[in-house]
Amino acid sequence: MKRMTMLLAGTILLGAAGLANADDKLKAEVFTSWTSGGEGRAVDAIKKEFEKRGGVWESSTIAGFENANAAFQNRLVAGDPPTAKQVVVGKDPAEFIEQGLMNPMDDVAAAGKWKDALPKALYDYITYDGKVYLTPTGIHGESWMFYSKDAFSKAAITEEPKDWDAFFADMDKLKAAGLTPIAWGGQGWQEVKVFNMVLLSQVGMDGFMKIYVEKDQAALTSDGVKKALEIFGKMRTYVDQGSAGRNWNDATAMVITGKAGVQFMGDWAKGEFTAAGKVADKDFGCAISPASPGLIYIADAFGYLKTNDANQDAAQKLLAEVVMDPAVQVEFSLNKGSIPARIDVDKSKFDACTQKGMAFMAEGKIVPEHAITTTPEQVGALTDFIGEFWANPSADIDASVAQFAAIFE
Amino acid sequence: MKRKHTRSKAALIALTPTWAAVIVVYLGTMVWSVTLSFTNSRLFPSWNFVGFEQYSKLFQTAKWLVSFQNLIIFGVLYVFGCLFVGFLLAAALDRRVRFESAFRTIFLYPYAMSFVVTGLIWQWMMNPTLGVQASVRALGWQSFTFDWIINRDLAIYAVVIAALWQGAGLVMILVLAGMRGIDGEQWRAARIDGIPVWRTYVSIILPQLTPAFAAAGTLLSMGVIKTYDIVVALTNGGPGSATEVPAKFIMDNLFQRQNLGLATAAATILLLTVLIIVAPFRYAQHIRARRQAGTL
Repeated sequence: MKRMTMLLAGTILLGAAGLANADDKLKAEVFTSWTSGGEGRAVDAIKKEFEKRGGVWESSTIAGFENANAAFQNRLVAGDPPTAKQVVVGKDPAEFIEQGLMNPMDDVAAAGKWKDALPKALYDYITYDGKVYLTPTGIHGESWMFYSKDAFSKAAITEEPKDWDAFFADMDKLKAAGLTPIAWGGQGWQEVKVFNMVLLSQVGMDGFMKIYVEKDQAALTSDGVKKALEIFGKMRTYVDQGSAGRNWNDATAMVITGKAGVQFMGDWAKGEFTAAGKVADKDFGCAISPASPGLIYIADAFGYLKTNDANQDAAQKLLAEVVMDPAVQVEFSLNKGSIPARIDVDKSKFDACTQKGMAFMAEGKIVPEHAITTTPEQVGALTDFIGEFWANPSADIDASVAQFAAIFE
Repeated sequence: MKRKHTRSKAALIALTPTWAAVIVVYLGTMVWSVTLSFTNSRLFPSWNFVGFEQYSKLFQTAKWLVSFQNLIIFGVLYVFGCLFVGFLLAAALDRRVRFESAFRTIFLYPYAMSFVVTGLIWQWMMNPTLGVQASVRALGWQSFTFDWIINRDLAIYAVVIAALWQGAGLVMILVLAGMRGIDGEQWRAARIDGIPVWRTYVSIILPQLTPAFAAAGTLLSMGVIKTYDIVVALTNGGPGSATEVPAKFIMDNLFQRQNLGLATAAATILLLTVLIIVAPFRYAQHIRARRQAGTL
């Protein structure tokens, strides 16, 4: 018994010594939902640089953004927050910040002159009450239409469709060629993104902001919304039977292998193409969705939790520096398929698709996604509405417009 | 007299941890949840009371109404389906078939699996482009359709099938154990009287299996209220919100939608539903017990 106690005490001592050792280095537990091939290599770019500068990286990766959130909230409630968490810029981390659960990165931001390095529209969204809390890893253009050049040539489609009529004509050609016209990811959040692309093409950038920022009732019930729902609904007949519940990367794989013609998805899908050894503009094409006046964007970022541990605080500052490092931003975006958040980075390494996105950014032709401007509850209600509308081919359009408007009342 | 007193004191001390657990862990969390349902809590608990606002919102939410309806459809079909199929399996094995233990293992095997695994397996099998439909069509029957999982009117029945496959084995084992407890003399007597086998089962065996069915039914009913993982793995509530269930509604609002108030309101309604179903049942038992004891 006594020996047992001694052994136990010894083990604890050893364990403590081990911990003390690790404490000399800045240890950061980083919580993300990045699990696909491209995403994994993107986050590795940050990890490598962080470790090079003397940090110890411990990743907590949970597949699925929402699953990761649930696990994270459990950790938070249990009083054991990780060092940093992947968040989406906008209303998602707002309540953590309001409750005083996150550390501001003001001094790092001032030292690194982030205000000059980031586009104003983005800098404003990472600032809460005058303090900078988030470090954006990159901006994602969301309203892309990726297509397989192989499939297009099989169906004798020579150019990218410029409007929805041309688009549906092309989809008919793909169908006739025995291919699946649209590689459809059958999850609510993906369907909402497709709807948003169509909506933007029908109401324009001002209308889009009126709907999702001002929640203007006239804009919410306008003809543009009705037309958008009609076009969106028409896509139902161009997807395969196995699309229900499909993950976005499985849908991307259908385009990569040339089994399907197009996929509407954010530019993270490009990471999958790159991981499969495909070259932009040669094997696959990227166009913004037909008739769109601009690009819808969303931004990923890291947020830093209050841990009341000086070592962790120092690790957070180091991590914030690393994330905002211009070279890391380039490396990250190259792998993930995003656009660097900083505007002062070396643009030469990016492919044709990202260059297109950067051009939209430079011209200011970008609008924030609904998740940046509306509450998580409204995001959820919109996801339900679109999912339900998609699943019900006999949905009444006028009633649906009313339902859509009611979400933002 | 003194002796009795000390004994009750000892019992009291022994029961203290139990009482503490009941009051703090069970009742405490329940009261906490119900209280939260009257607040406008979002991601974190707040004590800003708003009365029945969350409840009125809840019953205007189409997704909740669908969830609740699904719980009833799923619950009734799953419990009675499992009892029926389980009984048939047990009756078949009770005929002293060859390789009985092998069959028993195979039928019980699904129950040993997690609902998540069951959900995934059936997701593949019922996926029209991968599973049963594709295989049958590949064999040449081109018009064969089995696409319940993508049909919003039938998807909930697809969930029932998968759950049935998982739960029937448990009922089989319990009922088979009950059947083995029945005296073989009854069978012999029935045969001498020339009663057909099915009739013997229905009129003689079945009534004696009531305790086994009650146990199985209770276990299954508890599973119904908790139904979450099989739906997440099989359909994730889709297509649209055709297969949403209350437990998933609560989880979604707790974690994704930062809506603690609405989630706890939904949880409270779920608790009330259980009480409403259980109460008459318990009352009937109580009356029966008193009648047997002759006090009524």
